[in-house]
Amino acid sequence: MAKIITVTSGKGGVGKTTSAASLGAGLAKAGKKTVVIDFDVGLRNLDLVMGCERRVVFDFVNVIQDDIRVQQALIKDKRLDNLFILPASQTRDKDALDRDGVGRVLDELKQDFDYIVCDSPAGIEKGALMALYFADEAIVVANPEVSSVRDSDRIIGILNSRSKRAEEGREPVKQHLLLTRYDPDRVEQGDMLKTDDVLEILAIPLLGVIPQDKIVLTASNVGTPVVLEDSSIAGQAYQDAVQRLLGHDVPMRFIEPRKTNWFSRLLRRSA
Amino acid sequence: MSERSRPYQIRGTLQTLLSLRVEDPEAPTFFDQLKADVLRSPGFFKNAPVVIDVEPILDRAPTELRLFVAKVRASGLQPIALSGGDKIWNDAAAAVGLSLVAGGTHVPIGTGGEAPPAPAKPEPAPAAAASPPAPSSPAPTAEGPTPTSSGRTLVSDQAVRGGQQLYAAASDLICLAPVSSGAEVIASGHVHIYAPLRGRAFAGFEGDESAMIFCDKLEAELVSIAGFHLVNDELPTAALGKRVRIRVGTGRLDIDIIA
Repeated sequence: MAKIITVTSGKGGVGKTTSAASLGAGLAKAGKKTVVIDFDVGLRNLDLVMGCERRVVFDFVNVIQDDIRVQQALIKDKRLDNLFILPASQTRDKDALDRDGVGRVLDELKQDFDYIVCDSPAGIEKGALMALYFADEAIVVANPEVSSVRDSDRIIGILNSRSKRAEEGREPVKQHLLLTRYDPDRVEQGDMLKTDDVLEILAIPLLGVIPQDKIVLTASNVGTPVVLEDSSIAGQAYQDAVQRLLGHDVPMRFIEPRKTNWFSRLLRRSA
Repeated sequence: MSERSRPYQIRGTLQTLLSLRVEDPEAPTFFDQLKADVLRSPGFFKNAPVVIDVEPILDRAPTELRLFVAKVRASGLQPIALSGGDKIWNDAAAAVGLSLVAGGTHVPIGTGGEAPPAPAKPEPAPAAAASPPAPSSPAPTAEGPTPTSSGRTLVSDQAVRGGQQLYAAASDLICLAPVSSGAEVIASGHVHIYAPLRGRAFAGFEGDESAMIFCDKLEAELVSIAGFHLVNDELPTAALGKRVRIRVGTGRLDIDIIA
């Protein structure tokens, strides 16, 4: 039976889809059969970030409403045998997702997969509530800035009270914090919140800190999950996060400013 | 005889009492309406002790008090005391076996539902600022932690997150985890927060000026007691981040740092 992991944040633009794609690909690379579902109906992006946008035939809404079998809508990743994508519809809106329909699809996928990663839309409206309702675990993505942290706090409250687990009085949704766009130099200068500051406010366990890295934008544009960029620091940080998600104890990396000698500082200044 | 061997203990308690404020005892439908109200929420009203407040009818003579008390009892309430009376009324009360209580803080309550109705709207506290801040009205859908009620005090051991509201309608409130910014905690009595307070806290929500707010780390957006309030900008710098007690002083809120 698969574990359902929802990637959520409240705020938009913090890196939910990038993180869902990377965690999904990372889990698949670790040998887990994984499907990533795009819940952002109407603003479909996951297929782009995962590089399968030209192979979309059916989508999540077709499966719920139009008698399309879920296997027909799943897109198999070209790089990883274990990885599948269920894209969102671009032409519908979030009302097309009803709870019974979503529950039915998830139940079916649960039989075949080890992990179901749900990429939540931003906001706290219907689409986001639907994406977190069935979650077993939640990854709350936040940037080290005050507004993002506040929105994450709000979404944690919603997870605690509006998920299926909460409604049924079962063990609460297990929550993880993923800090993205973390720039150690700017943290050092006081422009960004420190990891400890964010943890003090949100008080949920830290899954990982993804450093600011140019590769994230480049990888997204060419449709490669960052986690597959082995040589990049963001890619390695996502790999670490996946290991922690699988229960391994891995030390945090890339949260200190990179050590620079006078020569490289000189180079950077002239760059 | 030592203290220990006494077969009883005398303890001070604080109880919320219903008060029947009598405005027109001669109204022909007085007792029909009263009975109907009791029947509508029997769990709340049936045999509930009640204080008869005669302040609005002081200009009348208490000639029918005995009959009146009997009829109130027949309606399903238990008159136990009189309030708001003058000497004549108080003597009459003693003659019919009612004790006397001083007028308390009155809160109008609805009589619609079965449960003790939550105070619909807080009465604006007498000396409050022109428009005292009010928490957003408790929404039935507002997601919040599920607190446990131990006796009269509401205890919550989960963090109160932004957008959530915790409401202790007729008691003190104890929070054992942080109150996030954007969250609201409200109590008719004291508010205790054994964690950082970053959101908004309302104590003495129904006008009780003796209510206080305690927190381990003051980072509040707003604190309010009985209508007196301070926003974060008005909090003294020395108190920020400290463990404090907040109470109503003379016409304003006083903040004491607790070492």
